[in-house]
Amino acid sequence: MQPFTILTGPACGLAQSGLDTDQIIPARFMKRPRSAGYADVLFHDLRQDPAFALNDPRHAGAVILAARRNFGGGSSREAAVYALADYGIRCVIAPSFGDIFTANAAGQGLLPAQVTEEDGEAILAALADERLANVDLQACSIRIGVRAWAFNIEPVFRTKLLNGWDDIDLTRSCQAAIDAFVARDTATRGWAGRKQAVLF
Amino acid sequence: MTAPRTLFEKVWDAHSIVSREDGQSLLWVDRHFLHEGSFNAFDQMRARNGAVARPALSLAITDHYAPTKGRDSGAGDPAIADIMQRLVVNARDFGVPLIGLRDSRQGIVHVVGPERGLTLPGLVIVCGDSHTSTHGALGAIGLGIGASEAAHVLMTQTLWQRRPKLMRVCVTGALPPGASAKDVALAIVARLGADGGRHHAIEYAGDTIRALSVEGRLTLCNMSIECGARCGMVAPDEKTIDYLRGRPDAPEDFAAAADAWALLPSDADAAFDREIMLSGAEIAPIVTWGTSPEDALPIVGCVPDPAGMQDAARADHAREAIAYMGLHAGQRLQDIAVDRVFIGSCTNSRIEDLREAARVLAGRQARVPGMVSPGSGPVKRQAEEEGLHLIFIAAGLDWVDAGCSMCVGMNGDLVRPGERCASTTNRNFKGRQGPGSRTHLMSPAMAAAAAVAGRLQDVRPMLTGRAC
Repeated sequence: MQPFTILTGPACGLAQSGLDTDQIIPARFMKRPRSAGYADVLFHDLRQDPAFALNDPRHAGAVILAARRNFGGGSSREAAVYALADYGIRCVIAPSFGDIFTANAAGQGLLPAQVTEEDGEAILAALADERLANVDLQACSIRIGVRAWAFNIEPVFRTKLLNGWDDIDLTRSCQAAIDAFVARDTATRGWAGRKQAVLF
Repeated sequence: MTAPRTLFEKVWDAHSIVSREDGQSLLWVDRHFLHEGSFNAFDQMRARNGAVARPALSLAITDHYAPTKGRDSGAGDPAIADIMQRLVVNARDFGVPLIGLRDSRQGIVHVVGPERGLTLPGLVIVCGDSHTSTHGALGAIGLGIGASEAAHVLMTQTLWQRRPKLMRVCVTGALPPGASAKDVALAIVARLGADGGRHHAIEYAGDTIRALSVEGRLTLCNMSIECGARCGMVAPDEKTIDYLRGRPDAPEDFAAAADAWALLPSDADAAFDREIMLSGAEIAPIVTWGTSPEDALPIVGCVPDPAGMQDAARADHAREAIAYMGLHAGQRLQDIAVDRVFIGSCTNSRIEDLREAARVLAGRQARVPGMVSPGSGPVKRQAEEEGLHLIFIAAGLDWVDAGCSMCVGMNGDLVRPGERCASTTNRNFKGRQGPGSRTHLMSPAMAAAAAVAGRLQDVRPMLTGRAC
């Protein structure tokens, strides 16, 4: 995974709340393999409206999105992150995110930057005039023009993004602890296991 | 003496393998459910030359793309046939047990798990589906996860998680006639907001919750994700144990398991980060009017007026939702005409849901087309033994096979653009049931009432003289 440190680039404001994962990628496009790319279906149905902000040529090449509360709520579909990432988005700024979305994003190198509702509105207002934004994950700051705001991120996701880490390697290093847990758990919670004989 | 703990903490502690200084814990996973959409997880594992750590703790079920009609001739759409086949191939290649399309046990994963007795109190259960919160109804931690996390679980049988904050939602008082678990769920989502539960695990408590059947609790916990909660749980009790006894995959030593489950309920002095109280006696049948599950009001109400909202962002949302839904501010909810109804989904497709709908539909005619999709093969057979299907068919509704169906439309069961659907599902998002679809969420009884009236309708007058 590509590490995330500082990102400067075109930013687009979407003054909408509840941009759930069904809006980010409608379910009917999820049959395609990952390798086929998801960029063309990002916000597919919302983009049918010519007034949708991402359709504005001014926002071509956007790498940062700012939106209102509850971005990425709803379905656990990781394809929502694939669609954003394939389109070129590397950071989404919003006052709140779906919990599953943030975990999916951090695992795919996409930064979910959480701001207060007040700052979120100020950022959307700033993006009406300014096109470029700067996001610094070390400092947890967002700069647009001469203004700056702080953002929050779950510390573990921050570390993962800064280093481009992958959980599986980390978990493999815990194998001895897992084995010890299983031995203990089998003895104390035998009922929780599955009858191996059950075949489907 | 150990400090008092909540139900959630007891289950969490029993699964925590290691805890990192940064606050995340590596959790053991007791059950991992997979479905057709899990192909991304299998592909990620394949790319790493990985293997499934504990195939016997995994179970793949065909549900999201399952055709609900003409199943014996397969899916009409080759792309849908292909994605179902990919699950079969992945299950075979990686040794994961499969309940495929033609299996008599096939159904929606969140219906099948509890029904088989695979879902048990005290377990950690994960699935690449946000409605995995459903399984908390039996006292399990049910976590919806993404594809990368699912690949991690496949390869290690573990998952990294930060321990969420704890919220108790306490509902007290007898529910009035005509109100159901779905109405409790919608009342809670409306109260908390669609993101009000984020970073939290919810425990539902109080005598209203205790009085709900296990199936009602499954409906309630299912909707936990609609307020953004990480999971929702109900403490196991005698009802839970009675529900599980004799289920095909319940533990062999059931008595020992039940003894362990008796220790799970939250200790009397256990602390929660947040507590919410609701009066069950004040919960009326509820419908949604907008494009978020939080846009929910009692059926006797009216579409809200954005002009009267203090918060500009909320007013913007309401304005846009009202426009998308083709409504106007102040319109009586009972005046909203519907084009079709859907009774089904992991929220409301169990036998009690179908009985509730049939009670309203018996001897009546639907004015609009509609579909009833039972949650599983066993639910379908039970309904047919009870003759419920005859009531649905006589009313003019389609009686079809089990799957996620029109909740998400992946199998081609779609609400057409501009059409309005009275639906027992969980999400009224724009386009959720198909491009341009308009969804009103409600209970099975209320969906049945809407079918008969051809518009949103208070079910309560229609229950007069009908047995409970």
